[in-house]
Amino acid sequence: MTEIPHLLVHEHADNVGVVVVEGLTAGTDMLCCVTHDNSTFRLTAGADVPIGHKIALKDLGAGDTAIKYGEDIGKIVADIPKGGHVHTHNLKTKRW
Amino acid sequence: MASKYSNMTVRAYRRENGRVGVRNHVVILPVDDISNAACEAVANNVKGTLAIPHAYGRLQFGEDLDLHFRTMIGTGANPNVAAVVVIGIEPGWTRKIADGIRETGKPVAEFSIEQNGDFETIRAASWAAKDFVHRTSEYQREECSVSELWISTKCGESDTTTGLGSCPTVGNMYDKLLPEGITGFFGETSEITGAEHICKARAINEEVGERWYKMWKAYQDDVIFAHQTDDLSDSQPTKGNIEGGLTTIEEKALGNLEKIGRSATYIDILGPAERPNSGAGLYFMDSSSAAAECVTLMAAGGAVIHTFPTGQGNVVGNPIVPVIKISANPRTVRTMGEHVDVDVSGILRREMTIDQAGEALIDMIRRTANGRNTAAEALGHREFSMTKLYRSA
Repeated sequence: MTEIPHLLVHEHADNVGVVVVEGLTAGTDMLCCVTHDNSTFRLTAGADVPIGHKIALKDLGAGDTAIKYGEDIGKIVADIPKGGHVHTHNLKTKRW
Repeated sequence: MASKYSNMTVRAYRRENGRVGVRNHVVILPVDDISNAACEAVANNVKGTLAIPHAYGRLQFGEDLDLHFRTMIGTGANPNVAAVVVIGIEPGWTRKIADGIRETGKPVAEFSIEQNGDFETIRAASWAAKDFVHRTSEYQREECSVSELWISTKCGESDTTTGLGSCPTVGNMYDKLLPEGITGFFGETSEITGAEHICKARAINEEVGERWYKMWKAYQDDVIFAHQTDDLSDSQPTKGNIEGGLTTIEEKALGNLEKIGRSATYIDILGPAERPNSGAGLYFMDSSSAAAECVTLMAAGGAVIHTFPTGQGNVVGNPIVPVIKISANPRTVRTMGEHVDVDVSGILRREMTIDQAGEALIDMIRRTANGRNTAAEALGHREFSMTKLYRSA
């Protein structure tokens, strides 16, 4: 891969990905890579998102389940547009 | 089946009981908090010794006292320790700990302070410590199989890059070295919450899986829920985890479990600081997810090298066990490079595969076993934190 990816996604079933570059700004045409098989796709960042934080791969609605590693990582509690920032303000644990 | 690691050797210290250590410490071990000053005085008098001060050892009882003794004896018995001077306020518990360590066959001397005072105790203990330094400094490293290493893992200041990079790196190492016959440890009971179904399924058989689940459930009920005052979202994940992009305990747990790789199954469950006795293989140790506590417990269980993935940059070390830091976060590698032993940030750029990262970690384990000081050792990180189960009497 000559171009460095902006976003990594663990599994094809995931609906969120992780920003792996510093200083990502809204509007960036991101190269996204699914680590499971190194397949790639492109997605436009909808917000300035810090390194390590997550981005929605599709429109997510309150009540949806966030999927990462192909597994349930919690519930969406506010609507998030495709490309939007996913974090503690709109994603909560189902456990504690 | 022979692999490229089957003939891998390290130059390490073979102890009296046959175990292999990678360091050669002479430890001055306090039985209790009020003996710390005498131990530190002895370590100041005799160069090449290491005092391990700690906060407890008085008025403990029951299971909590058992854990105290197990941690003290396990620390002294660790193969990275060549000889031990034990100092306590009174002779009873001092003898119990010294005798526990003596079972390894290594040189142990014990001293108690009552009816002697600090001065006389320090004088006598300093002579013993000096004798131990002379004896053990002549010990030679010898060729040992990599399979004889006991290697633990626990991650800290995790973020989303640990699940993508540094934890799978450790998992890849275990996938390669466990088949060679190493003994491995993982744990962090509260941090499996959200991935307990996966962890349970990674037991060698149903019986071990059921025991694991009971232990996890007990921690959840007796520790977490019994003392819960809020939704725990400031403790698990931690503030650092959240800054690093982790949002929920489920997400953190799934990343955490990447440390045991793809193929390993754990063969038994250990209580905190308990020594494995079911032969080579991977063990789960019931333990806190706090870095210093967890590493201290695994060291007391007998681990001689610790592999520590970090995202946001946990700086923890241990007095007797070299802690190898692995990070995939390019910002952490850039801003906290002095703490990182293995930079696997290439995984995020897709310039490095997990397989290559695992190789790099195994190479660092080999060099560390041979004597290379880790970042934590060079920076003087010697965090020793006892786990306490409940209030003292």
